[in-house]
Amino acid sequence: MEVNKQSKEQHPIETMTDDPVIQEQVKRTIALAPLEKLLNQSRAHSIWPMTFGLACCAIEMMAAGGPRFDLARFGYEVFRPSPRQADVMIVAGTITKKMAPYIKRIYDQMPEPKWVMAMGSCAMSGGPFVDSYSVVPGTDKLVPVDVYVPGCPPRPDALTQGLLLLKDKIRDPKVVENEPWKAIK
Amino acid sequence: MLKTQEFTLNMGPQHPATHGVFRLLLHLDGETVVKAEPIMGYLHRGIEKLAESRTYTQVIPYTDRLDYLAAMLNNLGYVQTVEKLMGIEVPERAEYVRVIVSEMSRLASHCLATGAYALDLGAFTGFMFPFREREKLMDMFEMICGSRMTFNYMRIGGVADDLPEEFYPAIKKFLKEFPACVDEYDGLITGNEIFQARTKGVSVLSSKKAIQYGMSGPVLRASGINYDLRKKRPYGVYDKFDFEVPVGENGDCFDRYNCRVLEMRQSHRIIEQALERLQELPEEEPLNAKVPKVIKPPKGEVYHEIEGAKGVLGYNVISDGTVNPYRVHVRRPSFINLSLIDEMCRGWKVADVVAIIGSLDIVLGEVDC
Amino acid sequence: MESNQVMKQIKEKYQQVEILDNHLLVPETDIKAVMKELRDAYGYNVLSNETAVDYQEYFEVIYNICRVPEGDMINIKVKIDREKAEIPSVVDIWPSAGWQEREIFDLLGIRFTDHPDMRRILLEDDFEGHPLRRDFKWVGGRD
Repeated sequence: MEVNKQSKEQHPIETMTDDPVIQEQVKRTIALAPLEKLLNQSRAHSIWPMTFGLACCAIEMMAAGGPRFDLARFGYEVFRPSPRQADVMIVAGTITKKMAPYIKRIYDQMPEPKWVMAMGSCAMSGGPFVDSYSVVPGTDKLVPVDVYVPGCPPRPDALTQGLLLLKDKIRDPKVVENEPWKAIK
Repeated sequence: MLKTQEFTLNMGPQHPATHGVFRLLLHLDGETVVKAEPIMGYLHRGIEKLAESRTYTQVIPYTDRLDYLAAMLNNLGYVQTVEKLMGIEVPERAEYVRVIVSEMSRLASHCLATGAYALDLGAFTGFMFPFREREKLMDMFEMICGSRMTFNYMRIGGVADDLPEEFYPAIKKFLKEFPACVDEYDGLITGNEIFQARTKGVSVLSSKKAIQYGMSGPVLRASGINYDLRKKRPYGVYDKFDFEVPVGENGDCFDRYNCRVLEMRQSHRIIEQALERLQELPEEEPLNAKVPKVIKPPKGEVYHEIEGAKGVLGYNVISDGTVNPYRVHVRRPSFINLSLIDEMCRGWKVADVVAIIGSLDIVLGEVDC
Repeated sequence: MESNQVMKQIKEKYQQVEILDNHLLVPETDIKAVMKELRDAYGYNVLSNETAVDYQEYFEVIYNICRVPEGDMINIKVKIDREKAEIPSVVDIWPSAGWQEREIFDLLGIRFTDHPDMRRILLEDDFEGHPLRRDFKWVGGRD
């Protein structure tokens, strides 16, 4: 989405005044866009993930927030312990049948708009534990998932990439139709 | 007469200070804990059952995911048990490689325990420093086996591959820098007045209680008992190294934390010696014993224990002569160390509960199996 | 004293005990007495590991006890009837058995009599069956 897109039509300020200085200043500093798009723009640049570690992947999630991979570069470092204050749930680890009701409840407790990332092969499909009697084979059996990050566990860079893909999706949900993941080599 | 009423507070399963999906149902009188009811199993994946339908080699990656903070040690425990079952003699060079990688794993685990403990007690900067060293270790693990956490590096009869060339300068640089880093933790965390006020004298565990409840690892040693399997029942080549076993005096949260920091220095010493011996050995020496292609141990049963990062890690492997193990049971140190949590929390405040759980250094993958 | 000698002395005292290659096979009726003796007279103060195996015809409960800080270990096994699946608990001798026996009950369905808190520990309370039994049937998550 481009907020500052120059329209070929006449800018509203041109009907109000003829002063070129004012016209230029207004065009330069004031952007017009639908409110929803503006909100999405800010949401996409300050995702607040929830501190929600289930298993091994949670450690890589911590490492992503740590000094070396430094999620703060993108504005995503504000890990919230409470679902009420978070807008992305990163499901990092194996979901067991005993844990499943809680995941659903935590998802329900999060305020709209909300997104879900499935981190690691366990959260995607059950991973190596898919044959077990107590494992739920994938987060999407419980809640809708926006981004899947493969790996066992995924590297912190992979998580960052996943968050950046989510950023594109938040800014413009239609981006999914272009299949941006195909660009990743 | 005025009377207070007890109320319950649910801590977990989604709680940042429980180190995973552990749930503690606290019965409180004001802020004081009257009773703590631990509820676990939120990460129970049935590894023991899955192992029954896998071959012996296929079980190794599952052991990685038990204690995912020190996965090499879990690998080591399992492969040594199967080797004992089959009577395999591991080449000397492989033994030294194993020691190096397992002690690195112990360092990584203790680094995380130290950092996460500081974070639990509210020191965010304290979390950053040990994580910096942990990242260096992860890089070296990546050189060795291509993975940062779940290694799957050990094989029955040896290790998967030789240490790569670029590993040697990296570990030498790391070993040179590491003592100064531990000094830094000591200055930043151990010596911190607030940290000491929150941990010293908190939840004292007497040596008698620790033995009764089968505690092991730094939790047991902090209570003043010198019990380290690397010394008491040496496995592999551990009898050839010169190192000390740090022992605490009071058995409080601070001692449990401090034992880990002191152990880091000892692990550093072991790696240094092992590296020296490894480089003295000729490079042509094999890294794998002669093992049949299909691993079929004879009928029998072995229980073998090693000193893991959290405590005594035991594997009980039973073979019925086929390619799949008949039963694999793991004695998980975190699980048994946690069993005294109720008594340790009683009489302390809610804020101390966080300090107590952190000092036990549990991993839920291991507790729930 | 070496653990071999201990095993021999126990055998002398309890006639029904058998010494097999590296462990003692104790009958179910003697288990409490043997355990008490080992702890009090020989100083085996830690129950390091307790587990059980389903051999289809019978269950076997395995105890690995050791001396701390000396570190020597002795293995004890008890065979129990699969239909009845009951054995006296050793919680009053070694409190560390508490959670391990609950785990065995949870996964194998062996009931420990006199255990103060015989509930499931890992699985939900309404879980049906005991997964580590060989005849446990379940459906995995593969499509």
